[in-house]
Amino acid sequence: MTVATLPTRRDEAYRYADLAALEALWPLPAERIVLGVGEEGAKAIVVDAAGPQARDIEIVLGEGASYDLRVLNAARAYGRVAVRVTLGKGANFHFGAAQLAGGDQTLEIVTEVVHAEPDATSHQVVRSVLAGHSTGTYLGRVVVDRGAIGTDGEQSIRAMLLDRTATANARPELEIYADDVKCAHGCAVGELSAEGLFYLQSRGLPPAEAKKLMLQAFIAEAFVGAAEEERLTQAAIAALEGLL
Amino acid sequence: MLKIDNLANEVAGKPILKGLSLTINAGEIHAIMGPNGAGKSTLAYTLGGRPGYEVTGGSVDFEGADLLAMEPHERAAAGLFLGFQYPVEIPGVSNVQFLREALNAQRKSRGEAPLSGGEFLKLAKEKAGLLRMDMEMLKRPVNVGFSGGEKKRAEMVQMGILDPRLAILDETDSGLDIDALRICGEGINAIMRKPDKAVLLITHYQRLLDYVKPDFVHVLVGGRIVRSGGAELALELEENGYEAVAA
Repeated sequence: MTVATLPTRRDEAYRYADLAALEALWPLPAERIVLGVGEEGAKAIVVDAAGPQARDIEIVLGEGASYDLRVLNAARAYGRVAVRVTLGKGANFHFGAAQLAGGDQTLEIVTEVVHAEPDATSHQVVRSVLAGHSTGTYLGRVVVDRGAIGTDGEQSIRAMLLDRTATANARPELEIYADDVKCAHGCAVGELSAEGLFYLQSRGLPPAEAKKLMLQAFIAEAFVGAAEEERLTQAAIAALEGLL
Repeated sequence: MLKIDNLANEVAGKPILKGLSLTINAGEIHAIMGPNGAGKSTLAYTLGGRPGYEVTGGSVDFEGADLLAMEPHERAAAGLFLGFQYPVEIPGVSNVQFLREALNAQRKSRGEAPLSGGEFLKLAKEKAGLLRMDMEMLKRPVNVGFSGGEKKRAEMVQMGILDPRLAILDETDSGLDIDALRICGEGINAIMRKPDKAVLLITHYQRLLDYVKPDFVHVLVGGRIVRSGGAELALELEENGYEAVAA
């Protein structure tokens, strides 16, 4: 995904990027993870730097390999995590991400998952919580190559706007060149339920605590089952507290 | 304990309560009955402080404080509990986590020490036992996948844990089968029938009042209390209907 020249807005994967912030970081160091036949791996990334931060990760999974990637994107300025995954036969990729933004932050998660061979599975869960004038973007392409029958690809994308001034961009995309595949995507942008908040407050929780509890539950799905679930959850709660 | 004086309000610009007055003393159980649309649930939500229920007149004094000036969580900490007609589902938040945080938030605002995890679980287990609710259910997300009867029993468990001074129970009997009705009734008695506590039961039917005997029954029609009496008034309503009694 890394290119020598700084991308422009015409490049779909950078359409909502903070290009000025990106320029200072360019070119991004290439990070490459390659798993051989039947290998397993997992990684948890927390992006929470005070300054702009961008990661560009390429993952190649061999036959039957399995990789679990979790991302907490809570950069305080500009935070971008781009992941390109190529799945071999019967490989499995699980991606869980939460991004939490406030102020005038721009956060984005960009994924491209290529099912190059048959019977691979990919499962993506992305939850964004956006306050103030922040922008949170998820661009996710799932490509099923010719002959990659038996593919199972799933994207579950949800964003919660805490203020009407925040912006969520969510674009799950499917490109399928094979028959007999199962691909599903769901995408929703919403606000916290006023009824739920009143219910929690009526039991004694102050408004900020009630919101925090509901948001914690909202992002929990991104980190459930992760080896570092506790660390990610605690870091996410700390970031949420900063937004409320 | 609670003194409602000439309370009037609007919901979405429409007047609902039109000068309602009611006094509840410690140790008393009051029932409010009335036809659909009379303002019963509106009264409960207004006392609970639900956004959108705008008070346009009157006052509510709760234990010497201006209830209407308080936020919903402050009303809870002051000792008010609102039992919902339709308890809300909160996916992903377990009952145990929610109730412990809620109880400790209340205790904190009253200057009391928080309960530890162990202390809380012991308390929750005791109150769940009163309502014959399995602790496993309290580990599940709030009201998610609960039947109508389980939701109402869970409300009563919450009430037991939070230990309020005044409980306003909005149609706690709706959606209950005969056994659940009895269990909830016994739960209300065990938790709230005490000299320093009071209950306001909002109901359509006499049947809950067979288990929770009210000291006073009020008939709410058109946003006002049109008649008050003892427990026998509920029986009269059951026999003759609201129209005859309110006329």
